[in-house]
Amino acid sequence: MNAEQLAARRRQNRAGWAMALPACLLIFAFLITPFFMAFGLSLTNQRLISPNPAEFVGLRNFERLLGVGLLTLDPLRDENGEVRLKGGEPEYPRIRSFTRGNPDYPRLNRMREWFRIDLPGDRQLVVLAKDLVFIKALKNTVLFVAVVAPVQSGLALILALLINRPLRGINVFRTIYFAPVVISMVVVAMLWRFIYDGQNGILNSLLGIFSFGAIEPISWLGNTSTALPAIMAMSVWQGVGFHMVIWLSGLQTIPQPLYEVARIEGATGWQTFRYVTWPGLRNTAILVMVIITMQAFTLYPQVQVMTRGGPLDSTQSLVFQAVVRGYEKQDIAGGSAISVLLFLFVLAISLFQRYLTRDRD
Amino acid sequence: MREIGTLIAAALAAGAMVGVANAQTKLSMWYHGAGNQLESELLGNIIADFNSSQSDWVVELESFPQASYNESITAAALAGNLPDIIDVDGPILPNWAWAGYMSPLTIDDEKISGFLPGAIGRWTGEVYAIGLWDAACAIYARRSVLEANDIRVPTLDDPWTGEEFDAVLEKLAATGQFEYAFDLGMAWTGEWYPYAFGPFLQSHGGDIIDVSANMADGALNGEAGMAFGEWWQSLFARSLVPGTDQDGADRETGFLDGKYALQWNGNWAAVPAIEEFGDDMLFLPAPDFGDGPKIGAASWQFGISSSSENKDGASAFIEFAIQDKYLAAFSDGIGLIPPTAGSAAMSEKYSPGGPLEVFFELSNRQATLRAVTPAYIVGGKVFEKAMADIANGADVADTLDQAADEIDADIENNGGYM
Repeated sequence: MNAEQLAARRRQNRAGWAMALPACLLIFAFLITPFFMAFGLSLTNQRLISPNPAEFVGLRNFERLLGVGLLTLDPLRDENGEVRLKGGEPEYPRIRSFTRGNPDYPRLNRMREWFRIDLPGDRQLVVLAKDLVFIKALKNTVLFVAVVAPVQSGLALILALLINRPLRGINVFRTIYFAPVVISMVVVAMLWRFIYDGQNGILNSLLGIFSFGAIEPISWLGNTSTALPAIMAMSVWQGVGFHMVIWLSGLQTIPQPLYEVARIEGATGWQTFRYVTWPGLRNTAILVMVIITMQAFTLYPQVQVMTRGGPLDSTQSLVFQAVVRGYEKQDIAGGSAISVLLFLFVLAISLFQRYLTRDRD
Repeated sequence: MREIGTLIAAALAAGAMVGVANAQTKLSMWYHGAGNQLESELLGNIIADFNSSQSDWVVELESFPQASYNESITAAALAGNLPDIIDVDGPILPNWAWAGYMSPLTIDDEKISGFLPGAIGRWTGEVYAIGLWDAACAIYARRSVLEANDIRVPTLDDPWTGEEFDAVLEKLAATGQFEYAFDLGMAWTGEWYPYAFGPFLQSHGGDIIDVSANMADGALNGEAGMAFGEWWQSLFARSLVPGTDQDGADRETGFLDGKYALQWNGNWAAVPAIEEFGDDMLFLPAPDFGDGPKIGAASWQFGISSSSENKDGASAFIEFAIQDKYLAAFSDGIGLIPPTAGSAAMSEKYSPGGPLEVFFELSNRQATLRAVTPAYIVGGKVFEKAMADIANGADVADTLDQAADEIDADIENNGGYM
């Protein structure tokens, strides 16, 4: 390489950096800076609107989110020392009497009951949480990821296998499966609210017709037991097309001769999939799982549009709570703390996934 | 040479025009009603009249969609860019005043003496904002339905008591003619909950926040709060009212279609109801649950930003805008309640004998402000969630305790909003 070529390359490099600069600046200003600000803000009591300056409060925001307490309850007894019964069950004192300024239990002050476990001898162990809504949001989000990630990636793989064949008109199917992905999630959520409508939604009408009226209309989004599954189903439907396309690209990188060999060797369809297709999709599978997990953790627009966390917190999610607190309730510090925790969860899970799928060679 | 002469003349003329513009100081004004043609025209007329009525000030209007208006103000405040004249929603006013966004008005008490209580925004004893209108809620009912079921028609002087009202609902539900006896409007999430349902709590003797004690504990979850919460839950448990999964369309037309016997709704929905039922239509006062019959008050109001360098001009504009003729024009245009007796008399619908006359008196006699404290901004949201949770069967005491704790934690976080 002579001096002239070197100079030309340097010029090119400079031009390249100059062209990348605007994007770098934007990414720095709108992604990297807020990311580090969230860490900083979560250690203060920063408010959205306040004439008072923010103060450093250490880990207080995290303590408030994650604080849990334990309480062992003895059943109520009458004068003779017999356990008092209510409807055949032993009766216990109200948690309220321990958590509302009870001087004997300062640690439990203002906590709320999360769940309770029966202990021998009619005693009960009660687990209390400082911030029950956050705990429920955490639980729902984890449950959402645990269901949506395998179901969505599995369905997407099946769809990809179905449409990965040279049939006439196959593009129509590809388009149909992909269509929900390009529609905004907010719009999809609005439409599904009508589908799930408790009185005259399409879902209830269909169930009524096919069961000859035996299935009564169900308020899908109004029931604590059906609201989260309803959101899961709708989310799977919306995102499945995107992951189908990724699987499809993976399928098309598998060399055709391998399939021909398999056919000559007399492999069954299942064997072909197990020993040719699946090994060939290894890297695609890792990509799909990582993407779905990260997307599922950021569950927000569906909740915002369809249920706003209700009924009875059955659809609270971490991102929804971060927005509600940081923005609607003007507690920027609290919202930041949730974001930081969410980041740590996702990071931990991604590292774990990488560990599981590491190259063993 | 002639051309040069023309040029000089033109330059002089332009200079003169600049001179005129300099003599009039610009006042910026932000408004929440972008997208509403009629509303913009009404406000535009007031501004045009004001600009031509004097030579010191020129008001320039900038409209925002309501959904992003508050955000714009917050962002502008952080950037030090607030307009001279601010439009503010009544219950939020104390928060903005506390945050230092707004300055008190310097207006004669006499000029606002005849205003409905909900149209004046006060904080720490000073007037910060004035509304060109107010809104009011009433129980929508049909005379024929009440008479067919032998139910007394309540009056402003003699409203239903809490027990009477409950018995009415039971009676109407028992007829089997309606899907629900009463429609609270659970489909309208957001500020509707504290605005429409908070007064029921206040009528029981509680409140979202006890302003004098600066805390929610004891007010929201005290005895009155618990009694209200139990009653509230029983409405849903007895299937007297539609729950939180109410269909938005049913909320809009359910009463008109005869699905609901009674409806809790605001004056803005009154015209279609009158068109549907004519003389049969009744707007009944809120029930008295013991502490007097109460309905929500306070809508959007105009005030002055603290950073304005032209407070005199902003004040002059607000004084100009609250003339009866403009208040009546707003009422005629978009159906709101004119805030003075004079403007009500000039309006089409709220004048004596007008179809909506009753709302003016409702507003005058029952209107109760939402807790006047900077903490309301969080308190209202917490209350909304608590009302939805209790409606869905959550334990009343635990839910109200939790709500009170959350509000108090916010007050503490803000150093008591001092």
